[in-house]
Amino acid sequence: MTLTPDSTSAQAQTLPAVIAALYQKFGESSFVRQHTAEGMPTLWVGRDKVMNVLRYLKEEHRPRYEMLLDVTAIDERVRLHREGQPDSDFTVVYHPTSFSGNCDIRIKVALQENDLNMPTAIPLWSSANWQEREIWDLFGIVFTGHPNLSRILCPPTWKGHPLRKDHPARATEMDPYSMSDEIQDREQSAMKFNPEEWGLKRRSEESEFMFLNFGPNHPAAHGVIRFALQLDGEHVLDVVPDVGYHHRGAEKMAERQTWHTYIPYTDRIDYLGGVMNNLPYVMAVEKMAGIVVPERVQVIRVMLAEFFRICSHLLFFGTWAVDLGQLSPLFYAFVDREKAFNIIESITGARMHPGWFRIGGVAQDLPQGWDRMIREFVEYFPKRLDEYHKMVMENTVIKQRTRGVGSIDTENAFDWAMTGPALRATGLEWDYRKNRPYSGYENFEFDVPIGVNGDCYDRAAVRVEELRQSNRIIKQCLENMPSGPYKADHPLTTPPIKEKSKLDIETLINHFLSVSWGPVMDPTEVTTTIEATKGLNMYYLVNDGGIGSYRTRIRTPSFIHIQAIPYLSRGLMLADFTAVVATTDFVMADVDR
Amino acid sequence: MFTFEVGSLLSIAFVLGVVLVAAAMLIWVERRLLGFFNERLGPNRVGPFGLLQSLADVGKLITKEDWIPPFADKASFVIAPLIIPIVMLLSFAVIPFAPDVGVMDLNIGLLWIFAMAGLAAYSAMLGGLASNNKFALLGGLRAAGQMISYEVFMGISILGVVILGDSFNMREIVLAQEDGWFIIPQFFGFVVFLIAGLAETKRWPFDLPEGEAEIISGFNTEYSGMKFGLFFVGEYIGMLLLSMLLPVLFFGGWMAPFGLDIGPPIFSGLFWMSVKTGAFVVFFILVRAALARPRYDQLMSYGWLVMLPLSLLNLLITGAIVLSQGA
Repeated sequence: MTLTPDSTSAQAQTLPAVIAALYQKFGESSFVRQHTAEGMPTLWVGRDKVMNVLRYLKEEHRPRYEMLLDVTAIDERVRLHREGQPDSDFTVVYHPTSFSGNCDIRIKVALQENDLNMPTAIPLWSSANWQEREIWDLFGIVFTGHPNLSRILCPPTWKGHPLRKDHPARATEMDPYSMSDEIQDREQSAMKFNPEEWGLKRRSEESEFMFLNFGPNHPAAHGVIRFALQLDGEHVLDVVPDVGYHHRGAEKMAERQTWHTYIPYTDRIDYLGGVMNNLPYVMAVEKMAGIVVPERVQVIRVMLAEFFRICSHLLFFGTWAVDLGQLSPLFYAFVDREKAFNIIESITGARMHPGWFRIGGVAQDLPQGWDRMIREFVEYFPKRLDEYHKMVMENTVIKQRTRGVGSIDTENAFDWAMTGPALRATGLEWDYRKNRPYSGYENFEFDVPIGVNGDCYDRAAVRVEELRQSNRIIKQCLENMPSGPYKADHPLTTPPIKEKSKLDIETLINHFLSVSWGPVMDPTEVTTTIEATKGLNMYYLVNDGGIGSYRTRIRTPSFIHIQAIPYLSRGLMLADFTAVVATTDFVMADVDR
Repeated sequence: MFTFEVGSLLSIAFVLGVVLVAAAMLIWVERRLLGFFNERLGPNRVGPFGLLQSLADVGKLITKEDWIPPFADKASFVIAPLIIPIVMLLSFAVIPFAPDVGVMDLNIGLLWIFAMAGLAAYSAMLGGLASNNKFALLGGLRAAGQMISYEVFMGISILGVVILGDSFNMREIVLAQEDGWFIIPQFFGFVVFLIAGLAETKRWPFDLPEGEAEIISGFNTEYSGMKFGLFFVGEYIGMLLLSMLLPVLFFGGWMAPFGLDIGPPIFSGLFWMSVKTGAFVVFFILVRAALARPRYDQLMSYGWLVMLPLSLLNLLITGAIVLSQGA
């Protein structure tokens, strides 16, 4: 039941330019090359050289690798298939990406268990800060030179590092939990914000500062997140975001689920994105399995993903207006969102979390008469968008409140690893759907809206225009829906095609195995990225030849964007801070995973 | 005593009854109208059309636990919510509802209203300070700054009306509009008064002291039960007061437009007064549904840089014209 994608042999023949350049600069002996299913250049390098390599990629190499898209780690200690890879207990994986060259590279560093140290990458990219904290929290790898290497997703009192393979994955594997008064006091006092820990002063020469807990329960915090604000009057001097209240270990769960049964978990990562979360995951598994999905599947997936983009952006739009004190748009947005959800429901049977994409296809074919509701929607929606534009985007008070507030330029957005609408608002015309089309986006006609100033207004305006573009894409799906099967005719399609299942005992056994186990594929690694509702959503799957993932890394835009909030809001007023938080457009489930 | 004349028991009872019932009904009207403006239904379950919603709300608020936070300053925490409904109700004493209907004809009627509105600021300030909560403190500070600033322009903006009416007595101001409502000569005064009035009553879009998205509920964050209810009702009485002041000062009070008198003077007066008041109430609700909230510093600079010069200019020009005509 295993299949090998034969792309690896093709990769070996041609040396990617970036690898050739690195060989020339640092010597071929400094690196070990690894081949992965999606063909991304992957190099192992020693800990002593990695910062020089990253600096070279960021500053000297042409094209520049402007952004550190992701940093993560793998606990390799029980991995069976590591042929050709250097000896390693824990591997730190850097994923710089280049927008000018439209390419990625993966840099890996091997670490031994008795010496889990890495130099910090913060001097190169500010965005490395939280990701290194996350790695320390979940793997226990120390980043020397990090200004505040503290727990970020787990509570400060947590013992152990959850993503290590020897850490239990279920509560039933641990002693029963009880909370005595003593434990409760300890946990509560650990939650108390201590300004000195973050290098914040309690007073200046003129005034005493107020430290305000904005959240974890606040009407404008958009979920359980706490911002500790350092205030001088109403002026925000500094912000310390505190996340992790919504952490449920989605990456750990992926290690105990099969490839197939993990799909519904992905829905709940960005819970406003619905099936759009399934997309990078199933695409990653399909890449490993070598499945090419039929055209009809691609178009159905695009259509539903764009519906969810509309739902998510509408929610953003409404709550953004409410945060600025305008009440009505929220209700209008919810009326439209309701219409979109009705369509999603009549196609998938569920509303927010359909979990409807499958490895090699989708769960069912479109229902009969599916086009009627969608046709009504695509005709109706642009008129509503015109109204919104007049009511909100042209509103003087809204403009006064958001123009020039929380601005960021493209270079700093790279530094903070901002993607999606936030990056486009700075004026960079870069959309994953356009620049690296997946799932057949190259066949659609749509524009990539951009902003100019990268301020709160532009971030919102880009999203509002994206609503219109999504509507355009849906309209094209409606008019050009290809006929054909809704599942790939491939042995690893899960669940397999029913018609082929009950012919004889062999096909029955096959069916049984692929339903209960799901696909088993040759060990490899794969990264897939999509333009999700809030930015780039990336799945990095490590397959060790089992029925499930050995390591699943989910790079979510919300987590990365939140750490830029202090940068965006220093020196603003409290009311501006709300505008910045709203236009960051994060979902806590997407932040904490 | 039991006839309709200013200051009679019947008149007083009538005014008090109308104001209290109207304020309670306003809560329902506002929620219902906001519902329609927002493409939803609003409260429609309690009684016909949800008319008894306010009654149910009051029942709920009264039976809720009346909690005083242990860290609050008890005395001022209790006094603060009492101030606003009391001073707002007292303001109605000088409002001429119709010919012969009203509580008293004070010859400093307008000043009385300003005195009361000035006291109302203490409610939010005390509430914010007594709560000993950071959000309440910020709300209290905002309330103090906003209400004190906007009181200045509010006062100056109606001096034009006083000049034209030649009196501080509200009834005489209405009677002075026999030949033409003051909205025409005093249009700028009206605009400033309307905006300042919104700010004084902390109505949208000037609800900064409560600014939900920023400071949770501002000065009343720690309040619950009937103490919160008093703040809440006080705000609605304030909105009603403003909606009655505007017709009295600028739209001829109880006088019928275009001579459209219906029935006896008292009846006709009450009818037109309620029509005009109702129109402003609906307008304020519409404003709430439509507008966004400015930032605190924008509110302040708008007040001092736009409203103050405008109201001063209005006063100056009105005074100059009246003087030149008199001479």
